[in-house]
Amino acid sequence: MKNFLISGMLLIFASASVYAGGYRVAAQGQRALAMGHAGVGVVNSAEIAFFNPSGMVYLEDKFTVSAGVTGVFSNVKWQNTSTGQFAETQQGAGTPFYLHAAYKVNEWLSLGLSVTTPYGSSVEWEPDWAGSHLVNDINLAAIFIQPLVSIKLSEHFSIGGGPIFVTGNVNFNRNANRTLTDEQGNRSNITVDDTGVTNTGWSGSFMFTPVKELRIGFNYRSEILLNAEGGEAAFSNFPNSTLTPQNGTTTFNATLPLPAELTLGFAYEPNEKWLFAFDYQRAFWDVYNSLDIEFGNPNVPTSINPRNYKNASIYRFGAQYKATDNVTLRAGYYFDESPVQAGFFAPETPRNDGNGYTAGLSFQVSEKLAIDASFLYLRFEEVDASYDSYFENGQSVPFSGTYKSNAFLPGLGVTYKL
Amino acid sequence: MKNYIKYLPFLAIGLLSCEPEFDDAIEENEVYTPGEADFSNYVSLGNSLTAGFADNALYVQGQENSYPNILAGQFELVGGGEFTQPLMADNLGGLLLNGTQITNNRLVLSSNAGQPVIPPTPIAGTPQTEVTNKLSGPFNNMGVPGAKSYHLVAPGYGAAAGLPSQANPYFVRFSTSETTTVLADAAAQNPSFFSLWIGNNDILGYATSGGTGEDQAGNLDPSTYGGNDITDPNVFGGVYTQLINEMSANASGGVVYNIPNVTDIPFFTTVPNNALVLDAATAGSLTGFFQAVTGIFTQGLIQQGVPPAQAQALAAQYAITFNEGPNRFLIDVPATQTNPLGFRQMQEGELLLLTINQGALAQGYGSVALSPAVLQVLGILQQGGTPTQEQAQLVLGAVNGIDDKDALDSSELSAISNARLSYNSTIQSLAQANGLAFVDVDALLQSVGQGLSFPGGIITSDFVTGGGFSLDGVHLTPRGYALVANETLKAINQTYGSNLPEVNVGEYGTISLSDNVN
Repeated sequence: MKNFLISGMLLIFASASVYAGGYRVAAQGQRALAMGHAGVGVVNSAEIAFFNPSGMVYLEDKFTVSAGVTGVFSNVKWQNTSTGQFAETQQGAGTPFYLHAAYKVNEWLSLGLSVTTPYGSSVEWEPDWAGSHLVNDINLAAIFIQPLVSIKLSEHFSIGGGPIFVTGNVNFNRNANRTLTDEQGNRSNITVDDTGVTNTGWSGSFMFTPVKELRIGFNYRSEILLNAEGGEAAFSNFPNSTLTPQNGTTTFNATLPLPAELTLGFAYEPNEKWLFAFDYQRAFWDVYNSLDIEFGNPNVPTSINPRNYKNASIYRFGAQYKATDNVTLRAGYYFDESPVQAGFFAPETPRNDGNGYTAGLSFQVSEKLAIDASFLYLRFEEVDASYDSYFENGQSVPFSGTYKSNAFLPGLGVTYKL
Repeated sequence: MKNYIKYLPFLAIGLLSCEPEFDDAIEENEVYTPGEADFSNYVSLGNSLTAGFADNALYVQGQENSYPNILAGQFELVGGGEFTQPLMADNLGGLLLNGTQITNNRLVLSSNAGQPVIPPTPIAGTPQTEVTNKLSGPFNNMGVPGAKSYHLVAPGYGAAAGLPSQANPYFVRFSTSETTTVLADAAAQNPSFFSLWIGNNDILGYATSGGTGEDQAGNLDPSTYGGNDITDPNVFGGVYTQLINEMSANASGGVVYNIPNVTDIPFFTTVPNNALVLDAATAGSLTGFFQAVTGIFTQGLIQQGVPPAQAQALAAQYAITFNEGPNRFLIDVPATQTNPLGFRQMQEGELLLLTINQGALAQGYGSVALSPAVLQVLGILQQGGTPTQEQAQLVLGAVNGIDDKDALDSSELSAISNARLSYNSTIQSLAQANGLAFVDVDALLQSVGQGLSFPGGIITSDFVTGGGFSLDGVHLTPRGYALVANETLKAINQTYGSNLPEVNVGEYGTISLSDNVN
């Protein structure tokens, strides 16, 4: 039953588009998102369960829940002026979601639960486009389920954390190479698909409150390797020839890493009205060295796709202003450094450095219920980039061009407290 | 709150429409310019090469990769309109005439347990392209497989009633009337830009028949020509002038192509003329055989009253020596006073055709059929005996030279070359006189012969493996046609001041693999 439920959720939320470095999707709380997704030092709702679980114990309410969903509208365009080719990704709305709950057992102990989709990717190019030998479409989704505990060691210091249970799925289609077709002229292609890939990880955090106005937070989320083992690889539209792979299915093994992430930040609350937050985040993308797809059929060689990602930093700034008793306004900005290095810009995660501009508000409907809205506009500079690790006849065949992309993420959530 | 909710759909639509825009977007026509040319209505005129013929057939995938279609794709970036082609019904490629198949399906490379099977064979299946099913045009691609220069101006070339000798089944499919010409149907479209690549078949018919046709130099009446003849250069020049005049009547410009050399084409270069590989013993016995031939022939001449010295001189040409290793084959030539036996060893530069029976070559075709009876006569000769008349004839008859249809000898090659050079000078000078772009296909295919590298490999003229030529050894692969398209784009940019981009040849395929063969 549990598996069934999770599969159902994966189906619904499968198409979370990439809109941050790599395939990290930063939309785990509307209040934080409205402040540049900074929140490691912000104690303001159950969102803290994800951003810094050690802060749960400082929440005033006995029980508080935050839940929300974000619509992702992302666009990627590609063109190559040396050949005149151009393409764009299909428009589709991804929907990352979150559910956070914190329960205060006593003054020094809180328990919590966080369900999020921090990693995902959905990129769909027009079939057989110029880069179809690298990707036609990819769909990647992972759900994090995390029970948490937060312990107050003193008035100034708390710790928190918990295990992470991950379940994910992946579907990836691309053409066999730049030219091969079947007898009818259809391009030969391969789809790898696996669902219910599970693994575990953990997160640990602390919060230091030297004075009432300032909280300093630290959170570390461990690396999790999604090992797809015995997934299904389908070979389609290959010609009937013993010189090429046969049509049909075989199994495949591949590992997709969800990198570790370290965040250090603070929140400063000079008075009742204002709050300022800053997070520095480091994502350890260097674990994503190569995507190697090993096929069950021994006659099909392993597909080696170097990625060579580097560790990347993200700088998040946010501010909150309590305009009235019922309305709180927020705004923020973040700079998201791309983990993709020159020569490794693959069109399956076509992202360069991004600038995120955020805004949002909370409306206190009643004593217990608030509605949280946020909006993110993510802007990328036009970039000339190439992927140089595709080979034919032992020769590198770079796939290059100019990319330009952006994303709009309106989000809506609720905060409920008892 | 309700008041705001009703605006949400508009917000969503607003977000969808906020697509990123390039500073200079290809899609928005901000990158390329057509220069002085107008590509809005491009019409291509030519033969099989223009139609996209490949692998010994015309089929959909080949047509999609015809060089005019590739060009039209680039022209679209600067205002080019839709480019229509008389597409075949399938990817098999064979033609039906009243339900009976009249041309073969396309060739594919089959395999056996991971090894390619040579030679290529036709793909299995019943084609669906019925010649008498008239397509409604007009079609921008007016390439007609098999057409020679003068066919483009021949009335009735598209009349079903004229099949098989007076009409062309490919043109029958889309001619606008029984009396029209290919040129008339092309010019009637009032092209704003045109391409013309014609003349290949005016020599290729002769060349691929091994020179069995006639060189019609001096004969100005093409209605008297056979299919394997060489067109007179003046006939070619007259027709070519007419083609250019009518196509450029209202056009902003055009591009013309010259004729490549047969030695650039794998059909003529794959089987070397020295593939007679011998061990020392066989080479010795062959040399001995031809000494015997010389002796017998000398004796025969003397018996007919020829002075011995003269007889020896005339017979000496048949004392052919063979060495261990590769040796040139023998070919049959017309018997003359200077070569009364009508055979000789091939000379450097003479060519064998791809269609020659290579199994027969291994069994003595192109050298000698050394039967036991012949060996017996040789034994008599070695022991100083005198063979009978019958035995002597047996030896002379054992010479098994390559037939005319399987080879191009030096005189045939020079007939081809003379015509081709004359056509090419006509093409180039008319291009210059009319301010047209000119593509030197001859030079392009020479460089392919030497190996042309691109990101992902090298394109050569090697049969099957080279990547430039399709499995019939004459027509190009999609990759080869892409090379032609790129040369064309360069020439157009240079002539008309446009800045059209070239295509990525590595994205165009080469030969087709399939084990669906009979």
